[in-house]
Amino acid sequence: MDGLPGILQFRAGFGRQTVAYPEGPARFPERFRGLPVLDPLVGDGGRAGAAACPTDAIRDPALPGMAIDLGRCTFCGLCEEASPGAIRFTRDYRISGRTREELRVNGVAPLLARSLDEKARRLFGRSLRLRQVSAAGCNGCEAELNASGNVQFDMSRFGVAFVASPRHADGLVVTGPVSANMREALLKTWEATPAPRIVVAVGACACSGGIFRDSPVQSNGMPGVPEIPVDLWVAGCPPHPITFIDGVLRLLGRVESGELKLAGTGIVEAR
Amino acid sequence: MTTRVLQAWNAEAVDAADVPVLPVDEFQQIVADTLAAGARVSSYAGRADGDRTRVTAVLADDAQGRLGVLSCRVGASWPSLAAECPSLQAFEREILEQFGVRPEGHPWLKPLRFEPPHVPGVDPWGRVANPTPIPGDYPFFRVEGEEVHEVAVGPVHAGVIEPGHFRFQCHGEHVFTLEIVLGYQHRGVEPMLVGGPDRRTVTLLESVAGDTSVGNAITHANAVEALADFQIPARASVLRGVALELERLANHVGDLGMLAGDVGFLPTASYCGALRADFLNSLAEICGNRFGRGLVVPGGVRFDLDAGEASRLADKVQKAWEQVEGATRLLFESPSVRNRFDGTGVVSRETCSDLGLVGPAARACGVSRDVRRDHATGVFRFLHVPTVTGETGDVFARAWVRRLEAERSVEFVTRQLRALPGGPVRARCPPPRPGRLVVSLTEGWRGELCHVVETGPDARFLRYKLVDPSFHNWMGLAMALRGEQISDFPLCNKSFNLSYCGHDL
Repeated sequence: MDGLPGILQFRAGFGRQTVAYPEGPARFPERFRGLPVLDPLVGDGGRAGAAACPTDAIRDPALPGMAIDLGRCTFCGLCEEASPGAIRFTRDYRISGRTREELRVNGVAPLLARSLDEKARRLFGRSLRLRQVSAAGCNGCEAELNASGNVQFDMSRFGVAFVASPRHADGLVVTGPVSANMREALLKTWEATPAPRIVVAVGACACSGGIFRDSPVQSNGMPGVPEIPVDLWVAGCPPHPITFIDGVLRLLGRVESGELKLAGTGIVEAR
Repeated sequence: MTTRVLQAWNAEAVDAADVPVLPVDEFQQIVADTLAAGARVSSYAGRADGDRTRVTAVLADDAQGRLGVLSCRVGASWPSLAAECPSLQAFEREILEQFGVRPEGHPWLKPLRFEPPHVPGVDPWGRVANPTPIPGDYPFFRVEGEEVHEVAVGPVHAGVIEPGHFRFQCHGEHVFTLEIVLGYQHRGVEPMLVGGPDRRTVTLLESVAGDTSVGNAITHANAVEALADFQIPARASVLRGVALELERLANHVGDLGMLAGDVGFLPTASYCGALRADFLNSLAEICGNRFGRGLVVPGGVRFDLDAGEASRLADKVQKAWEQVEGATRLLFESPSVRNRFDGTGVVSRETCSDLGLVGPAARACGVSRDVRRDHATGVFRFLHVPTVTGETGDVFARAWVRRLEAERSVEFVTRQLRALPGGPVRARCPPPRPGRLVVSLTEGWRGELCHVVETGPDARFLRYKLVDPSFHNWMGLAMALRGEQISDFPLCNKSFNLSYCGHDL
């Protein structure tokens, strides 16, 4: 069938694509790495894992205060491989916090971002327009942010969408370690966004510089740009679209439940 | 190629001492003659060598599947070859920016990515008062005349994409020239790799360009394994090939959707946006990450599939492909789409050859080059993926080549997943040997990924040179825009879909 009838026929066969989250479970492959859980009393207590970490994300292995800084973690899983039992990645996709410090966790309790105050929720809760600034992001985070708006994740069903200009935006979403060459453009974009405005730092690079931390031509992410206050820090390398959407919805007070709703895909088993 | 050039093959290490060091004029003569004879430059890069700069060229003879490696030691300046060999223009600017070697007579000498010099000394751009100007703070090429106007776009664009600056010289809608300024994404990757391999190395290479994580990880692993004279198990080799083709599928299908979106054909834009996820999710099924991060390491791959899992994954890919076939048929059979795609953003075969374009952008011009065939490594030595070419060099050809390539990739992936060889997927790869050099090429979804790695006497990386396909292809986009309407820029840009961070490193 040609033309419009052909398009409509294909559309009918394509079916509903939008994911069940947040009312229903989010579907993740068995091997997906979300929130890690640490146990310093098992095996080597995470010593080998800490030594294998490409971004020095693991602090105080084998001690009671052992923690992993999700703002640095690239979720490569090398620590889990090196210290099985002491470090174990779960599929809990909720890995964002309101402060940078909150991202240092041991995974025993879930990491759920708190909502904005009531006034801010009234302003942004039903409609949030965001301008994205890639400040030397590798296109991993950018690709997942784009995917957040596609027909599967369909962020706009919550009134959240990306817009073309900071002048039209209620806030910024920053990715990348903030290269020296993008710093001024980021600051100008921030200045061009009308207040009140919110800022979301997305991905290990924006949270800490990620794998580029301490390279002399970048800023170690948004902690290195004190001019711009951050309201939400989203961990991941890159964060899954549902991780980003969940963080924003919690910020807006649109999702509050602590219940983890997860489903599998039935294709590949965990190892 | 003559005996003054060391013959090498993809991902086979040589003794670094065997690379000939020629006088500058002889080096340049050989490079110019070899390029004129139809070879292509894969890499052309410097490293500090005492008070001089050692420039090593890697020239690819695609027809014979071999590489020529030669070098020279150069001082503060050398004659530019860029006017004669346009494919060298960006390389010469890079060598100036990193090592201060001025190419005298370069037709348009300007900063490449505004990076600080790799060796301390005089800044090539004479930046004294303001040592790190931002990209874009630079005198653009200008067309003067009544009613000639200039359009500036970026670095922050309308879409959720990486930063770059585009400067158009226009008359009304008509574009005279497009000048592209990059460098905003510069993160200092190459200096960070020196002294490796270390625990950061693999993750760093996976982050050079996030959409090419698998491609760069494979190129790196092939290089390190060659430097150690190590062979990975067959099963690992096949799984790497599967991951590389899944990455190609995700990006090609995503691009077809974005191209549909750029001409306002929303059905295919929506469908391909969703279908792209099936290929990304297939990578996540294997290794837990939608971009294939954490899968490839020197020595093999970190994750295996049993027969049932591999077969279910093959079914998932096949089912997704059947939907892509339908969604893209709607696109290519729609007259309004063909009207926008056909004849837009044409790059001639001559321009393609002169600029040394690679990947789908080159194949769309009818230039048949594909590392998987011409310089095969790993599984591609045994299993051939047919190379697809177009004819017209326009947006249509770049879209259609992607569509056909995706089909070949699906055939490869599903067949391999249903017949994986037995054995382990990983073995312990010994450390690199000292004093070796390797050229590692992979056909990433955008084209040739090239890593040239040299180890020092301590067996650590002395120089790690990366050439992303975008490094060759950005000039192709600039040429495609000449004489076009400025309103077709987004469409032309998407039809190349080049990497900013892959270029900026």
